[in-house]
Amino acid sequence: MDTMIALRGVHKSFGKEHVLRGIDLEVRSGEILALLGPNGAGKTTIINILSTLVSPDSGSAEIGGLDVVQQRSAVKHLISLTGQSAAIDEILTGEENLRMMARLSGMTRAESSARSRHLLERFELVESAGKRVRTYSGGMRRRLDLAISLLLTPPVVFLDEPTTGLDTRSRQELWDVIRSLAAGGTTILLTTQYLEEADQLADRIAVLDHGRVVAEGTPAELKSRVGGELVVLHGATGEPVREIPTDGSVAGLRSALDALDPTAAVSLRRPSLDDVFLAVTASENRPTTDLVTSKG
Amino acid sequence: MSTLSPARSTRTPFATEATFIGRSFIHTLRTPDALIMAIALPVILMIMFTFVFGGAIDRSGDYVNYVVPGIILLCAGFGAASVATDVANDMTTGVIDRFRSMPIRASAVITGHVVASLLRNLVATVIVIGVALAVGFRPDAAPLAWLGVLALVALYILAITYLFAGIGLAASSPEAAGGYGFILMFLPYLSSAFVPVDTMPGWLQGVSEHQPLTPIIETIRALLMGSPVGDSAGIAVVWCLGILATAVVVTTLLFVRRSGRR
Repeated sequence: MDTMIALRGVHKSFGKEHVLRGIDLEVRSGEILALLGPNGAGKTTIINILSTLVSPDSGSAEIGGLDVVQQRSAVKHLISLTGQSAAIDEILTGEENLRMMARLSGMTRAESSARSRHLLERFELVESAGKRVRTYSGGMRRRLDLAISLLLTPPVVFLDEPTTGLDTRSRQELWDVIRSLAAGGTTILLTTQYLEEADQLADRIAVLDHGRVVAEGTPAELKSRVGGELVVLHGATGEPVREIPTDGSVAGLRSALDALDPTAAVSLRRPSLDDVFLAVTASENRPTTDLVTSKG
Repeated sequence: MSTLSPARSTRTPFATEATFIGRSFIHTLRTPDALIMAIALPVILMIMFTFVFGGAIDRSGDYVNYVVPGIILLCAGFGAASVATDVANDMTTGVIDRFRSMPIRASAVITGHVVASLLRNLVATVIVIGVALAVGFRPDAAPLAWLGVLALVALYILAITYLFAGIGLAASSPEAAGGYGFILMFLPYLSSAFVPVDTMPGWLQGVSEHQPLTPIIETIRALLMGSPVGDSAGIAVVWCLGILATAVVVTTLLFVRRSGRR
């Protein structure tokens, strides 16, 4: 498959803050790549560079072989950005938002209306189409936001933390939309803080920490990096109190078990992306060899 | 959904501008408080100056004919100030990032606010003149002079609106943007709007005579009352064009500089 998005040696600083420290990244055509990382890792800056909002200090960024700085306006024809905070006009109604963006995207008045109606139906916003966006719930805003991004079907879609702040149901719905978008051939670069989201949606994941890609691969590849099962020690009420990674061998498992009180309750579990994340972004205050977790 | 269609540019040259102007119009209609403020405050001031202070300032009862031109400009200032908040609001929400990432002239979003403000303030000005006529304002202007008044008022509104758009871009937040507006609100008081300049202390006369509002007000007053305009018209137009040109350049630079920062 051909490369749709390519970043090579990208550095970016804001004042004294060195946000990106040499990013190399490729996204193939039709692929979903998830940028995974904590707040401040540089996820949004990468999206902003690729969507031509900010220029890199050094290195290059290309979309469909076009340079995002030199061929900015050509790049804009290929992309659609759904930013972190909903890119919608609060004073307008949902339908007015869609129509305005459709007009700005070069549709005629008739095309704008038809396309808006279609998207309102598809995103279950028909009932609230005539209400001001100010009155919308978080889930409705996100759906409208995504609907606007899909007025045209651009070859590349950027989604910056698309499901942050959404309830489980809205999140599931959005995931379905993103999957069907990818099924239609769109290349998707999304950022997320949720490991589960990356696991569910992405073909490949790039883990970002302090402006560097610290790990990259398919969800399965990344999970295999932390080795075999984890022995989970449970407390009196059954909650996990301690997790001990094993290397997948009998000896490893035995030595893990030997370290525990023989009367304690234990279970085994497959490593999750949480473990991967902690392993590759390890810092002194988060030892990876004996981590305590309460994440579900 | 199955075929990919790259984004297009708008078809007609000014479709982007037209769309943004339409957007700003809807904003105006949905936030009527700004419009009401722009009309109500000057009307209250006019009534106060003509009926409360008027007698003390000018015992002949002719003060209304003196003060109306100043009130017109005050009204334009009030109305234009809200553009700073509108622009700052746009710059701090995600919608601007979307505009910037589309293949359109994103700065047209400012044009939309400016054009809507211009029309909003012209409507407010007409209403204020109507109220002035009701409280005893008796202009003595030929149709051509009225046209001149309208043109100068429109030019002034355009210049000051663009200035406020620039303030909206420079401000860190919509609240801060609203605050700056008050600085410009005081300019009319330091001009010949309410009292003749020669009644002020000497040091203040210098400020008052050489600030932009005085020649603009003198021109409007002369046109409305049928007195000779003199060189104030030329000075007024130069001031307005100067402010406008500066504001357009500053606004354009600030708009580019704020890309990707909210």
